[in-house]
Amino acid sequence: MSDAALPPPVKARGLVKRYKEVLAVDHIDLNVRAGDVYGFLGPNGAGKTTTLRMALGLITPTEGTVELFGRDPMRQGARALEGVAGFVEAPRFYPYLTGRKNLELLAALDGDDASTRIDEVLDVVELAPRGGHRVGGYSHGMRQRLGIASALLRRPRLLVLDEPATGLDPAGMRDMRRLIRRLADEGITVLLSSHQLPEVQELCDRVAIVDSGRVVYEGALSDLRRQGGAGYRLRSTDDKRALEVLRAQPGIEHALAEEHGVGFQAEESAVAELSLALGRAGIGILVLAPELATLEDLFFRLTEDRDGFGSSTREAAEESPSDTERLVSTQ
Amino acid sequence: MSTVAASAHAPAARATRPRRPSTATVYRWELRKLVSQKRTYLGLGLVVILPLFFVIFQNVHQRHDRGGDNIFAAQITQSGLATPVLMLLFLSVFMLPLAAALVAGDVVAAEDGNGTLKTILTRSVNRGQVFAAKALAAVTYATLAVFLSAAVATVAGIASWGFLSVRTFSGTIVSAPEALLLVFAANAIYLIPLMAVVAIGVLLSTATRNSAAAVVGTVGFVILLFIVAQIPGLEGIKPYLLTEQFENWHGLLRTPTDWAPIAHSAWVCALYGVPALFAAYLVFLRRDVAGG
Repeated sequence: MSDAALPPPVKARGLVKRYKEVLAVDHIDLNVRAGDVYGFLGPNGAGKTTTLRMALGLITPTEGTVELFGRDPMRQGARALEGVAGFVEAPRFYPYLTGRKNLELLAALDGDDASTRIDEVLDVVELAPRGGHRVGGYSHGMRQRLGIASALLRRPRLLVLDEPATGLDPAGMRDMRRLIRRLADEGITVLLSSHQLPEVQELCDRVAIVDSGRVVYEGALSDLRRQGGAGYRLRSTDDKRALEVLRAQPGIEHALAEEHGVGFQAEESAVAELSLALGRAGIGILVLAPELATLEDLFFRLTEDRDGFGSSTREAAEESPSDTERLVSTQ
Repeated sequence: MSTVAASAHAPAARATRPRRPSTATVYRWELRKLVSQKRTYLGLGLVVILPLFFVIFQNVHQRHDRGGDNIFAAQITQSGLATPVLMLLFLSVFMLPLAAALVAGDVVAAEDGNGTLKTILTRSVNRGQVFAAKALAAVTYATLAVFLSAAVATVAGIASWGFLSVRTFSGTIVSAPEALLLVFAANAIYLIPLMAVVAIGVLLSTATRNSAAAVVGTVGFVILLFIVAQIPGLEGIKPYLLTEQFENWHGLLRTPTDWAPIAHSAWVCALYGVPALFAAYLVFLRRDVAGG
């Protein structure tokens, strides 16, 4: 069977989780493909962790289904978690046991030959020297690393990590990213929940952005940035008059005065027309440069301004739908 | 992490189906967790110290005139084998249920409190296996508490007053070896109601997700039944109260053996224990693990 014919690592359809009056997750669909480093983004309280808990069979969806490699954790229990490892929220261990004993316990619960890999995974996360110490005395970063080690015991094909860099110092964050990158390079599919946008931008190739329990974007990160609109920045000999020209020019959108110049969005053809119009108006161009939207820009536009950017990206997706991207209506 | 992370080889991905662990493996690790926790020794310490304290107190005071209390109290200094029977009589009412509740009430709730339930439930074991292992560990602990207490009381009693024959509740005298056998059989029979206490503890531990609430709730339930037994007009339900079954082992120490209270307690305790355990199982299977 080719990879394409294999069930995807994660396929969620219409996931809903309701706690009495609170709708924590509202009809979420996810599609994580083999080999993805898939960023699951959203503000705190957006429903990321609840979704991951449903994916791992820890909580029962109110509606909808989730499958891991074609298996439903709610129906098939531990069997559905074969090839799946990771943690939701902070990884938790028995504080009265040493790091090594914790791994021995978890390896015993994994079965197979997991117990033979304890030294190896302790080395990978650089905890070998502290393996004999009780977890109760571990720092937050050490527990995060032990969490990764415990996940690697299972030889995962899908690694689910919930905010793995939270609480780490800058060096720890850098090391965690390198480790995740390396694991991804070795062929492990990674589902990375995070609200650290630089981390997602650096690591992930596909993302889902959730807000208030709903997916507001799912697809390639590069497509998202493209859909965010080609932004340009203009500095001229007379920015005030240039702004008037911009606003009168067809194809130019969102023209705004900025601290050093004017920002706007436009297609390339419109920019060419604009430069001619500025020349005709006697305005000299000092700088006219494209600016790609950062993930941070896009994230805030999606999660804070649904009627603005959100609607425009939906329209963009409707105009050029593909099987590799889906833009989910927020309405 | 960076240098090693860059050089070490992480386990490679693979698609073969792993060999899943047995429930016995999960159970063994539940026991290892119990052994590693200080709180485990609190209950065991109580049920060991009390017989020792009792024997020391008796040796210091050398009281021989306790005939009015109980037939075994009357012969406390005449045979060391009266000590474990008397201790079972005392401890069975409150201390042994308390010791059992300390672990049964904690066994699931502590995992909730630590956030480790999600850790073990995302491995290769099913919830049913985890629940079975935890319930078995609680049963094991309660059994150990009962027999450890009996062993300490027996050794201390024999060391103080000798390995001699004793009189049973019926007044007949049984030889020391037979009495020893009866002592441990009585403790085994006492396990029947204690298992019901364990089941209630496990249910409260699973349902409340709070160790203190589960332990206090279990002990409180036992106390409540004692109070109910004292209420005038409720004599009719007394034979069906769990706490009344704590004396079921008395039948063994009669001649001939009176099996009726033992059989009665077996089904009465089952009425308490089986539904509690089944309810705990269902709650555990269906619950959302949202903490930690």
